[in-house]
Amino acid sequence: MNCNETTKKYYRANKLPHIWCPGCGHGTLTNTIVRAVDKLGLNKDEVVIVSGIGCSSRAPGYLDFNTLHTTHGRALAFATGIKFANPKLHVIVIMGDGDSSAIGGNHLIHASRRNIDITAVVFNNNIYGMTGGQFSPTTPFGDLATTTPYGNIDKSFNLCSLAQGAGATYVGRGTAYHAPLMQKLIENGIQNKGFSFIEGLSLCPTYYGRRNKKGSAFKMHTFLKENCVDKKVVDKDPEKGKNKIIIGEFYNNPQPEYTESYQVIIDKLQG
Amino acid sequence: MNKEGYKLVQGNEACVEGALAAGMRFFAGYPITPSTEIAEISAEKLPALGGRFIQMEDELASMAAIIGGSLAGKKTMTATSGPGFSLMQENIGYAAITEIPCVVVNVQRGGPSTGLPTSPAQGEVMQAKWGTHGDHPAIALTPNSVQETFEYTVKAFNLAEKYRTPVIFLMDETVGHMREKMAFKDASEIEIIDRKKPTCKPEDYVAYRPDEDMIPPMAPFGEGYRYHVSGLTHDETGFPTNNNEISEKLVRRLVDKVDKNIDDFSYYEEYKLEDAEIVIIAYGGVSRSAKSAVDDLRKQNIKAGLFRPITIWPFLEKQVNKVSLNAKEIYVAEMNLGQYVLEVERIACKNCTVKSINKVNGELITPEEIVKAIGGNK
Repeated sequence: MNCNETTKKYYRANKLPHIWCPGCGHGTLTNTIVRAVDKLGLNKDEVVIVSGIGCSSRAPGYLDFNTLHTTHGRALAFATGIKFANPKLHVIVIMGDGDSSAIGGNHLIHASRRNIDITAVVFNNNIYGMTGGQFSPTTPFGDLATTTPYGNIDKSFNLCSLAQGAGATYVGRGTAYHAPLMQKLIENGIQNKGFSFIEGLSLCPTYYGRRNKKGSAFKMHTFLKENCVDKKVVDKDPEKGKNKIIIGEFYNNPQPEYTESYQVIIDKLQG
Repeated sequence: MNKEGYKLVQGNEACVEGALAAGMRFFAGYPITPSTEIAEISAEKLPALGGRFIQMEDELASMAAIIGGSLAGKKTMTATSGPGFSLMQENIGYAAITEIPCVVVNVQRGGPSTGLPTSPAQGEVMQAKWGTHGDHPAIALTPNSVQETFEYTVKAFNLAEKYRTPVIFLMDETVGHMREKMAFKDASEIEIIDRKKPTCKPEDYVAYRPDEDMIPPMAPFGEGYRYHVSGLTHDETGFPTNNNEISEKLVRRLVDKVDKNIDDFSYYEEYKLEDAEIVIIAYGGVSRSAKSAVDDLRKQNIKAGLFRPITIWPFLEKQVNKVSLNAKEIYVAEMNLGQYVLEVERIACKNCTVKSINKVNGELITPEEIVKAIGGNK
């Protein structure tokens, strides 16, 4: 399906143009979700997209599915309610880095632990963009933000390790530059019967890039292109992963899914 | 259950029975004293009915989950106590602005903060109305017996469904943990209200366009009505707007759809009010002491009566005004330092004297204390 066709079929055209800044990676990442849904041939009526608050969380408003824009950090808790109440729905959650791992960190680890069949996609731009550029749990050590004017002394989260450690059964990382990989990871995530966590490295030229002298959006894309190495390559030759960002599929280990386990209890009691 | 159809039941258990009778098929919660039995009994009973129970990671998540569950088409409830109720306020506001029906039970205990976890209090009367930020609708019901807990839990669901709003079921530890006989009603004797669904085609559905009754029909996610739900101020399509006129209209409608229909759900009890010069206003656990105090005062030839609101929000202005016209003195007895009394004063002070009887030591106000405060012989 070409770009115009996907737009027509899956976007609420009357809600465009979007609010994201020029050069922002979120549009590309949103599109990878749409393309994954299209590739899998899911029924639009059975797809629910849930988000929290922040730049990333505006994505569902542009998409022609059942869409829910919730409170900051709580998207996964709302999504858990939806999926558990009606397990036949395909539930995809879009979150930002602060949204998913600061204010929503508790919900992230527990949704992972439950292994409920939700696909969580984090648009990680290393900053709180919506509020004007404060540091987030993924802002690198030493970097500048409006609330780290002398450099960030917080250590940053490795979100994929966090989700995997907490029990997510499918984990991967793509980027706004590596769109085909990102799409594939989301497809796999949706197909995994369990909690899937896909981190999408985005870029924020306006607030993160400018303050940290990362150059234009083009330069920031080029950085992703030149500094990301697929896990498969690193597995063969660890030297190639030195000082690089590892992307690709990290973990794929299906386990009993939460709503299915509960259904077993219902079936047993209802005899 | 005995042969007359009665059973000895705990208040918290009656709450679950009422919820199940009303059609609750989804419960999300987090353990907290003195409401925990509601979660425990829901966990035990729901799956056999094809319903679902989930213990979430905290009360923020519990509140979010029942909103999600409701949006997916289920009747949903959570139950908590003071500290958890504070955490739920964030998403109670979300349910209010997005008009998603759900029931939030708060079995009040002593506060502030962790306070007195196993003791009764009524410290969240104002929080039940004003706990979440911004102007919003508030419906709260307060039972004073086990039987009433059953019946008004059903009503709490009906109101949530009818008005598309979160309903607070404000119990207190006394009522939650007391055991009394309760009559189990047959399903045919119970009025059940379900949310209004759209009858139009999906392409004609405007998710937040209200009917004449100010309430928009609600489509569950997954049935072909693809629409957008947002906690941002939104127009009739559900999409965010900064338009001043639309914003004002939305907030006013949310409040009006509840406040202007108060006659539909003004629940209260009047006891010996006909000739009462001294009126005690009390609710929940304390109202049982107040009723006893009325009888004691009557024996001392003091013309006392009781007005007991069950609908605690919106405030029963009409009824309290009427009571105040015939009273010389109103005493509001409550297990807090004076919350409901503020509303009573607002309406009644032009007609009579309004006084407060308060207690926050973790014990129920006794009949003797009320009698003494009014000037009778205890």
